[in-house]
Amino acid sequence: MSSATGLTIAVPRGALFKRTVELLTGLGIDTEELRENDRKLLFEEIGVITMRPSDVPTYVEAGAADVGITGKDVLLEQSAHGFGDPAQREVYELLDLGYGRCTMVLASKAGPDPAHEALRRLGVMRVATKYPRIAARHLEETGRQAEIVEVKGSVELAPLTGMVEAIVDLTATGTTLRENNLLVREELMVCTARLIANPVAHKLKATRIDELLERLRERPPASAG
Amino acid sequence: MIYPIPSGTRDVLPDETREVRAITDTLRGVFERHGYGEVYTPALEYETVLGSRADMAEAQPAYRVFDETGAALVLRSDMTVPIARVVATRYPTAEPPLRFCYFAHCYRGVRPQRGQPRELLQAGIELVGAPAPEGTAEALRVLCAALDATGLKDYRVGLGDASLFPSLMAGLGVPEEQRKGLLEALERRDFVELGHRLAAAGLQGEAAEVLLSLPQRRGGAEVLAGANAQVEEAVTGLRRVRELLEGDVAERIIFDLGLVRSIGYYTGAVFEVYDPALGAPIGGGGRYDELLSRFGRGLPAVGFALGVDRLHIALAGEERGTGALLAQPAGEPSP
Repeated sequence: MSSATGLTIAVPRGALFKRTVELLTGLGIDTEELRENDRKLLFEEIGVITMRPSDVPTYVEAGAADVGITGKDVLLEQSAHGFGDPAQREVYELLDLGYGRCTMVLASKAGPDPAHEALRRLGVMRVATKYPRIAARHLEETGRQAEIVEVKGSVELAPLTGMVEAIVDLTATGTTLRENNLLVREELMVCTARLIANPVAHKLKATRIDELLERLRERPPASAG
Repeated sequence: MIYPIPSGTRDVLPDETREVRAITDTLRGVFERHGYGEVYTPALEYETVLGSRADMAEAQPAYRVFDETGAALVLRSDMTVPIARVVATRYPTAEPPLRFCYFAHCYRGVRPQRGQPRELLQAGIELVGAPAPEGTAEALRVLCAALDATGLKDYRVGLGDASLFPSLMAGLGVPEEQRKGLLEALERRDFVELGHRLAAAGLQGEAAEVLLSLPQRRGGAEVLAGANAQVEEAVTGLRRVRELLEGDVAERIIFDLGLVRSIGYYTGAVFEVYDPALGAPIGGGGRYDELLSRFGRGLPAVGFALGVDRLHIALAGEERGTGALLAQPAGEPSP
């Protein structure tokens, strides 16, 4: 396998894909096939493997890719208790790439906050999320008892059906929340795309990884989005 | 009927046992030849003796039981602390240096679905009473001799110093209350967070730049050459270790100014073993010059532990020419 970087890069399909491909193109990698073939997973000739964002830390930790790009939300969710917890994936977080900017929010139905009412009267609020660890940690830190309901699909449905009083989810523009009559009550954190590296690759391929870092730092600052 | 065993534990059947035994026999031969006598210690120890200290991080004992008198016992999580106890209690007056080796199962807590071992076989040495740099150089020499003897070819040894980043923070005037958070970010290898914390701590300009970039420096002797005055002591220490090493061992060394190990008892030089056939370190070690004094015998010491299963995987990977980083572009281009 040969590529412009001399490294295997784990690339996330989904929301971060387009900007990541632009980034790779900027590094001189021929991304034509990557852009046009969305069924292929392994692009050996350019040193790229593609996967869903939440799998990127898994492949990088195992060394199946030297470096990878994924969202901070994924990295935080995969550390059982966020900052300081030893359960964090054994990967190096090298660079904030700036794009894919989203906010993790706690939202509930517009009007009087149903979560507030549930806490006051029932002592516990029910929260639906795709990020059970981030949600549990936030509520624990803010001293609220919560029952976390993990869902895989559209989280917005859960409060509308009365299954829960609030949701914790990632939002870029807030449009989906507004369309579903949900109001942002709290902002937990801002998440952007990050460059991560395998610990062994970080030592054994130090020159290549540092070259990649240097070129990524020198690129023009990312516009929002 | 399937009778399950706990996740992270394994039955080892004859084919695998034969291979593992060949590795441990080879290691034992090398350790013995260098004067390291093998010891056994109990898998169960008193919690009050082995301790349950926050600074043990992931090597903190994870399993506790009560004996018939109600005393709390723990399953050992490594062999360094038990051997420190042995030295203090069984060799209270013996003339140092003392050399021990061990092949022992240790017990750790695991994170679910991560393939982590709950029970792991460690092979290692402890060299007690031999200060830096000579003691460190001897440990590295034995480490490389042992790995060479097993037939592992492409491994490298990352060498750093646990005191380096703390000295750097102190030397650059980082406020005391900020240091723990910065060290934690480095221990998680989260350089983005490290940068954010430096900014939040009000550190700017050259100091912030050095605190962020120095721990990312790794490579040959040139890494030491450009290091700052604040880390002079640690860097001189590393240079002196290197000077004591023979060519074939010295060639294996990668200096790593950001190397920190999650176990808190390390005080000086620390090292880790990397092989391209495995995505995680095969083992590691370092100096623990203060641990023995907790047991009343203040001797400087150094040691290392290899994960025998990881070594086995790396050997098999090298043999097949497959494994984590091997399916990828070949190693570093020559300079």
